[in-house]
Amino acid sequence: MREPLISVQNLKTYFHTYGGVVRALEGISFDIYPEETFGLVGETGCGKSVTSLSIMRLVPNPPGKIEAGKVTYRGQDLLQLTEDQMRRIRGSKITMIFQDPMTFLNPVLTIGEQVTEVIEIHQDLAKEVVLLKIEDLKDKLARAQGNTSAGRAVEQRMRQLEAELETPPKPRRRELKKAALKRAEAALRLVRMPDPEKVVKQYPHELSGGMRQRAVIAMALSCNPDLLIADEPTTSLDVTIQAQILTLLSELEKKIGASVLLITHDMGIVAETCDRVGVMYAGNIIEVSETKALFEKPLHPYTRGLLRAIPKLHKDVKNLETIPGSVPNLIYPPSGCRFHPRCPFKMEVCDKEFPPMLEIESGHSVACYLYPEK
Amino acid sequence: MANTSIRGGLKESPHMRELRYTVHLLRQSPLVVVGILLTTAVFVVALTAPWIAPYGAEQRIWGERIQPPGPAHWLGTDESGGDVFSRLVWGSRLDLSIALTVVGVACLVGASVGGVAGFLGGRVDEVVMRITDIFLAFPALILAMTIAAALGRNLTNLTIALAIVWWPGYSRIIRGQVLTEREKPYVEAARAVGAPTRRILLRHVLPNSIYPLLVNATLDLGGVILTAAGLSFIGFGAGAGVAEWGRMISDGRNYLFQAPWMATFPGLAILITALSLNLVGDGLRDVLDPRLRR
Repeated sequence: MREPLISVQNLKTYFHTYGGVVRALEGISFDIYPEETFGLVGETGCGKSVTSLSIMRLVPNPPGKIEAGKVTYRGQDLLQLTEDQMRRIRGSKITMIFQDPMTFLNPVLTIGEQVTEVIEIHQDLAKEVVLLKIEDLKDKLARAQGNTSAGRAVEQRMRQLEAELETPPKPRRRELKKAALKRAEAALRLVRMPDPEKVVKQYPHELSGGMRQRAVIAMALSCNPDLLIADEPTTSLDVTIQAQILTLLSELEKKIGASVLLITHDMGIVAETCDRVGVMYAGNIIEVSETKALFEKPLHPYTRGLLRAIPKLHKDVKNLETIPGSVPNLIYPPSGCRFHPRCPFKMEVCDKEFPPMLEIESGHSVACYLYPEK
Repeated sequence: MANTSIRGGLKESPHMRELRYTVHLLRQSPLVVVGILLTTAVFVVALTAPWIAPYGAEQRIWGERIQPPGPAHWLGTDESGGDVFSRLVWGSRLDLSIALTVVGVACLVGASVGGVAGFLGGRVDEVVMRITDIFLAFPALILAMTIAAALGRNLTNLTIALAIVWWPGYSRIIRGQVLTEREKPYVEAARAVGAPTRRILLRHVLPNSIYPLLVNATLDLGGVILTAAGLSFIGFGAGAGVAEWGRMISDGRNYLFQAPWMATFPGLAILITALSLNLVGDGLRDVLDPRLRR
């Protein structure tokens, strides 16, 4: 059994509003393994984004509050860390990209300034500053070939710097900025931003939507994170750009060995990019499975409904399939299984108690009374 | 639209590019250009006063008292033989430095207090805003007079008094801006990359909130000059004989019919300075209006 990178157990996040307590997450559990893409699907308002914010501990408080649960990452419970410890993890170990790259970039800072910011916050660049200086000297040495006395002075300075590599001195601000900018350009190159040297000097409004999302991804990846949370990363982009960004994400995942938590409502994206999927409904995870198994053999009635509702182009249909009923109010959620009022297979037990999550087949769990424990 | 006017394209730094675009926008309005030229002229006069003024600020030529404007004294002389033109030139230094100091200090205090209050919200916000309410509920002029009188009547104390009554307005402006900015997604994004609170406030929220303050500060430079001159006129600022515009009007009003130049020219100087600063402020407001900008 592989060790999960991050393990969410019984996470409960409530929002205490004037109208009552919104039970946005009612005890969800899932694991994300190293170097996999885990998809979280569900309709609007089912708690996908709250899940990601809860992992990052960015739920706006008040009114939101993480009531219970555990988020285990490398043996430590993220929910127990102090704010300062958590801050060090955000952006370096666990990062996040958002739906709309325009509003998530600061309009008054250039792309370069924003990417270097992340690097400056989390990385100690002292060594890189020295390396950069050595690089410069090498250039100088190459140019000063004929002139031996000048060359010797440069060489001496170089040896001095190499000695400094072990215990690099505290760099000056300007040197730090330069080293960070170099890293930023490298990060932009990694996300295949066209012309990164130019882009670092541009403001967000000067870039196209796809380029902005690339910049945001570069920010998120600049510190080689373990987990990248992508909250509907392609919703505001048009379809061709969507495809590019998704390909980029799965490539990068392999290149830097990060896991991705992909949040989406688009089953097509799930099928294309995810290794495993969790299906959410009204604040619960109701089914977790390998992507292929989920599409071939969906177990939960809700999942089946979702998959049926995907418009099919090869069949001539008059009306699109829907799931009857509507999303429940999370202040007064239905008792028992939250899906029971809409479920075609409703049984006696369904409104009594929430069904336990059972592993029906290897790696395929579902929370539904249709599948009794063996 | 934005990029066509930018010469040099992306070779120059992004800040220069924005500045260039701003200048381009400013040049669209002739009134603003006039304002900028006049303001620059006033500042140049203030900086080069020693070379421009034919006489010292408080130099008296006792033999030539109350002379009308003429070739020897371009704007005439006052009742104690001071050259009005020279005194005006020297006075520009005093009045501008009062205006800059008051507005500068008020901006600094107002922006930090308002910024912190707005960003932290809750009880801090409540306390700070009630304090500014107390300041704002008091008639500003009377409060300034009281403070100036209590501290002692001179220009330094007048400056302090004005700064004290001026900052609450700015802290309100900044707080309002910060309240809207702090809810924006880029702040959440900054949190998500692990930026500390102080950094988010200083580097992300304040720069996005500062523009209305800049406009107001520019407009207020003229206002401060008017107020300072007014307070000097009624005797709360510059002492007798000091070359300050308000004081010069106050000294000259006794001779309004015999020697109108004594009060008229300082009045004109105040008018021109305040007007041109207002024009610049209006221009800035238009230029920094995001709807107009892109």
